[in-house]
Amino acid sequence: MNNFSVAKIREDFPIFNKVMRGGNKLVYLDSGATSQKPLSVLDAERDFYLNHNAAVHRGSHQLAEEASEAYEKAREVVANFIGAKSDEVIFTKSATESLNALAYSFGNSKEGSPFYLQAGDEILLSEMEHHANLIPWQELAKRTGAKLTWFNIDEQGRLDLSNIDELINSRTKLVCLTHQSNVLGTINPIVEIAAKTHKVGALFILDACQSVPHLSVSVKDLDIDFLAFSGHKALGPTGIGILWGKAGLLDEMEPFLFGGSMIESVTMTDATWAPVPRKFEAGVPNMAQAVGLAAAFKYLENVGMDVIANHDRELTQYALSEFEKLSGVTIIGPKDISNRGAVISFTIDGIHPHDVGQVLDQYGIAVRTGHHCAWPLMKKFGIAGTTRASFYLYNDISEIDQLVQGVKDAQKYFKV
Amino acid sequence: MELDSLYQQVILDHYKNPTNKSLRAPFTAQVHHVNPSCGDEITLNVLVKNGVVEDISWDGVGCSISQASTSIMSELVIGKSVSDAFKVLEEFTELMQSKGQSKGDEEVLEDAIAFAGVSKFPARIKCALLGWMAFKDAAAQSIAKN
Repeated sequence: MNNFSVAKIREDFPIFNKVMRGGNKLVYLDSGATSQKPLSVLDAERDFYLNHNAAVHRGSHQLAEEASEAYEKAREVVANFIGAKSDEVIFTKSATESLNALAYSFGNSKEGSPFYLQAGDEILLSEMEHHANLIPWQELAKRTGAKLTWFNIDEQGRLDLSNIDELINSRTKLVCLTHQSNVLGTINPIVEIAAKTHKVGALFILDACQSVPHLSVSVKDLDIDFLAFSGHKALGPTGIGILWGKAGLLDEMEPFLFGGSMIESVTMTDATWAPVPRKFEAGVPNMAQAVGLAAAFKYLENVGMDVIANHDRELTQYALSEFEKLSGVTIIGPKDISNRGAVISFTIDGIHPHDVGQVLDQYGIAVRTGHHCAWPLMKKFGIAGTTRASFYLYNDISEIDQLVQGVKDAQKYFKV
Repeated sequence: MELDSLYQQVILDHYKNPTNKSLRAPFTAQVHHVNPSCGDEITLNVLVKNGVVEDISWDGVGCSISQASTSIMSELVIGKSVSDAFKVLEEFTELMQSKGQSKGDEEVLEDAIAFAGVSKFPARIKCALLGWMAFKDAAAQSIAKN
């Protein structure tokens, strides 16, 4: 799409017609939490239920065939979107479930497995991880005796890589990092870190929740081992997440949810597993949501991921320069645009983020306030929380002007 | 402006100049409460003697609503018997859960009546209750110790 127009995009998102409290227009700056949905996604889900609904991979009737075909086609679309093969893509209910599935499966693995962990092993994280990419590893470490280590971050909110060769060492078994911080916007140098990870024989796991919706992400180019993201931040429905893993690794990995669909054969005392990816998809999956996610990715592809990344960049650059002009406002995160996503976290002297959010809400401006599920990061910066504005393809410059005006109004209201 | 129904002047005043904010001894119980959805934290000391709340002191970080509410609560409750204090607490909790339907009993709530508007903002009710719940916990612990 060469003639990208936000106005045209917004026609596809009926929620922007909503009249907010006080008669305001909706200024939605919270896509980092969840994105809004275009009609084509809602239509795809509805069409599945209206015309093709049946449990996939069961039954020999026409609807079961159609449902299975729609579901597997969705898998293909997702695989293409991230440069993967179809049978490496596992549908889960969320990125959180994807990461937990890895942590549980690794914890259950036996000695000799590539995923086996024991005392003396290390799991490397960073201080900027979302709780979803922190707590599953904390718990895995507790269960196995492995030790957690982490990259520090500097004042700008970038990873401190000065001690990378100490952190990634012969004891390192897993490196679990976010592609883009949901708070700071920092985009991490994954290729470099993944290469070092592989040099010591460890596995690299990427939390791509914030990157997949905004950037062209190719698992092949990044050369990583596992990747997790959720559909709902990428214009897709809630209740659908993705776990991608390298084919050979998924073959060796033990399933973590057991039950229907995931088996090859079953006796009263034992069972064997279906091939990947079915081995990891026990139970009737979220079929309509998978189909909805495929529609979301088609929508994004139609607009163009490069176009979206450029648009994000323009908005973020503008917001950064406007925020720099504000007195009493501190940006928490990198101030330069390089390797930076479309999210700005900030604090205002003398006003708690909750109160900032409340004033902004008065103008129909939706932002996120608080610790953003990254409590250790807040502690690192010595703050209780931030106000976070995150942008997407349906936002424009005028909305950033409204945000800036809202910040000034909050300062006036609280007399700071 | 609807904001003014939330941020009454007395709330803004207490936010700027909170009372009893600085931990002091002696105390019969100390509690630490957090609001996990926003990360706000409060530490609260209470001194209960012969069934009377003789002192409350507190410290913490939080929004204007949580800070002012704790400040006003401490003023209201110090000097009351624990059972009277719990009556105020009950009245305040009911007001918070009223979804804007109740104006509250000013005789009982005094300055805390200013939080009536908070009940219309579901996301802020927990903020207003943070200090009160900490007091409830600390008072109950003090009594249990006796």
